[in-house]
Amino acid sequence: MQPGEQRDEVEMLSLMLLIRRFEERASQQYQAQKIGGFCHLYIGQEAVVAGAVAAVRDDDYIITAYRDHAHALARGTSADACMAELFGKETGCSRGLGGSMHFFDRKNHMYGGHAIVAAHVPLAVGMAFAIKYRGEDRVTLCFFGDGAINQGAFHEALNLAALYKLPIVFICENNLFAMGTSVKRSTSLKQIVDRAEGYDIPGEIVDGMNFREVRDEIAEIVDSIRKEPHPAFLEVRTYRYRGHSMSDPASYRTKKELEKYRLDDPITRLRAQLTREGKLTNEQFDRLDKQAKETVLAAVKFAEQSPQPPLEKLYDYTYADGAKP
Amino acid sequence: MREITYRQALNEALAEELERDPNVFLMGEEVAEYQGAYKVSQGLLQRFGPRRIIDTPISENGFAGLGVGAAMVGLRPIIEFMTFSFSLVAFDQVVNNAPNMFTMSGGQFNIPITFRGPNGPAHQLGATHSHATENFYASVPGLKVCTPATPRDAKGLLKTAVRDDNPVLVLEAELLYSSKGMVEPPDEELLIPLGKADVKREGSDVSIICYAQTVPLALKVAAQLEEEDISAEIVDLRSIKPLDEKAIFDSVTKTHRVVIVEQDHPFCGVGAEVCYRIQKNIFDALDAPIIRVSQEDVPMPYNERLEHAVLPNAEKLIAAVKQVCYA
Ligand SMILES: Cc1ncc(C[n+]2csc(CCOP(=O)(O)OP(=O)(O)O)c2C)c(N)n1
Ligand SMILES: [Mg+2]
Repeated sequence: MQPGEQRDEVEMLSLMLLIRRFEERASQQYQAQKIGGFCHLYIGQEAVVAGAVAAVRDDDYIITAYRDHAHALARGTSADACMAELFGKETGCSRGLGGSMHFFDRKNHMYGGHAIVAAHVPLAVGMAFAIKYRGEDRVTLCFFGDGAINQGAFHEALNLAALYKLPIVFICENNLFAMGTSVKRSTSLKQIVDRAEGYDIPGEIVDGMNFREVRDEIAEIVDSIRKEPHPAFLEVRTYRYRGHSMSDPASYRTKKELEKYRLDDPITRLRAQLTREGKLTNEQFDRLDKQAKETVLAAVKFAEQSPQPPLEKLYDYTYADGAKP
Repeated sequence: MREITYRQALNEALAEELERDPNVFLMGEEVAEYQGAYKVSQGLLQRFGPRRIIDTPISENGFAGLGVGAAMVGLRPIIEFMTFSFSLVAFDQVVNNAPNMFTMSGGQFNIPITFRGPNGPAHQLGATHSHATENFYASVPGLKVCTPATPRDAKGLLKTAVRDDNPVLVLEAELLYSSKGMVEPPDEELLIPLGKADVKREGSDVSIICYAQTVPLALKVAAQLEEEDISAEIVDLRSIKPLDEKAIFDSVTKTHRVVIVEQDHPFCGVGAEVCYRIQKNIFDALDAPIIRVSQEDVPMPYNERLEHAVLPNAEKLIAAVKQVCYA
């Protein structure tokens, strides 16, 4: 996308559909044991990453935690490469070496996929440092969960970003839980956004189930950062419909709570907005959904048919110069 | 004796030590309300209450340090890492504060703390979540490190660790939580000393030295080798530090051939230390060079086939045994 251009909202709706259908399929393939290890789904949170990418340029930097499939898809990593990564195949976005929690796509400026809680927040600050160092007008978007804000790395990183006035948006995807621990039980603050104040970083809260609200808020922040580099903090209130990972039955929350959020579904909401405004018909929506499902099915097929990473290459990605010390 | 799982054995050890000593408390992520990420602390919150079974935010450096501080003033913390891969976030507390305090204070402050949790590669968890940390920690003076492989050893070693007046790491085997074994009944006190290896199987042709997740592997391989008329003795180190030199030397003096199978990396791995001590002390007992089977020296790949290629496995172990036996 070029500067000043607005992303087409119908396109963003289809991105959200792609993410949802991808995650549903991933869940099914996990149960069929085609996918191993830990696998964290993004269902319910689609408007956050969709709103974010709609607000920035394609060459801005994005980095996130382990709930990362959607961030890669939103960045333009193909569903094929994402599914192949889950299958551990050579055609995956990390050559089958990273897995669900470690998606990377350099070409599309998706810098991971990081599985140690908050360990990537300092990395994001480093990326923002490099932007300023080179005098560019890019911005770094750093996504993390509500659970990350109590790690030392997070606090140190925020201070550094504020101290050096770096071009970065800290985006806290507050889905109310870190595994089985609710924010109330993990954090001494009434609201997460107040963390930013302690570092003199401007903060806002937005409704993460509302695509437009997320997009507009981030667009405004990014606009001001491009004029004069500085950090900003956004607490995005959202919800994950599924358990923390595939093995979590999520018995720490009530059905009623889940239902409440489902009624506020981000896809349904954007669809309704567009339909009301005459920008989307039911037929169109069904077509988009069908497309998303087909793309994902094709991705499963692609992943299945892709080759395993060859055993001979086991040592090829340990040292950049191929050294075997 | 009755049969219980490794997970239950640890749970019993925790409960018994909490019961015995009011200064003992358990702290970590999801240990209380969630009943433990791997259900090791199941039921403990209900039994001992939130004063002693304490959920934390995701702040490993913080709560590991809290444990060290509490230990300085007389409590006996048990700090659970959801896995030891996450203990790396708390490396400073475990490596710098816990073991140095006694020396730095001229013997005024010993740190009776237990750090415990799953350790070692599990299944397809990728590079960040598959660390075998035993060789990192065993290289630090002031720390003790044990690696139980059976329910009985898990219970006995954990209870001993809690009573030890030094920082002790109990590195539980992530893949063995559901494995079963015979353990003394709860009314019989079970304490297994640190620094005592255990011969898990007697043999005469070769000593296979192993620990943690490589113990079941070695036992399986020993059964296979039996059919080929190779009699393997299985020495489970149980503790990495202190290391039971005597048990190792006794076995090697009998068999004259050694394979070390370890779950960590080859470079400066546990086996390197064991190997060094054998050749230094009983060089003449050896009839063949010692071979180590370890992980490959690469970050753990996610792909299942590559992961299998990285880990020690039966094929590699059998080949190594045949090599030292010139078979
Ligand atoms: C340092 C560290 N400690 C613990 C974990 C285990 N863990 C993985 S995700 C998670 C919860 C994180 O929750 P949150 O940050 O809210 O993100 P969400 O899963 O809700 O997206 C925990 C405790 C980890 N990966 N890294
Ligand atoms: Mg969360």
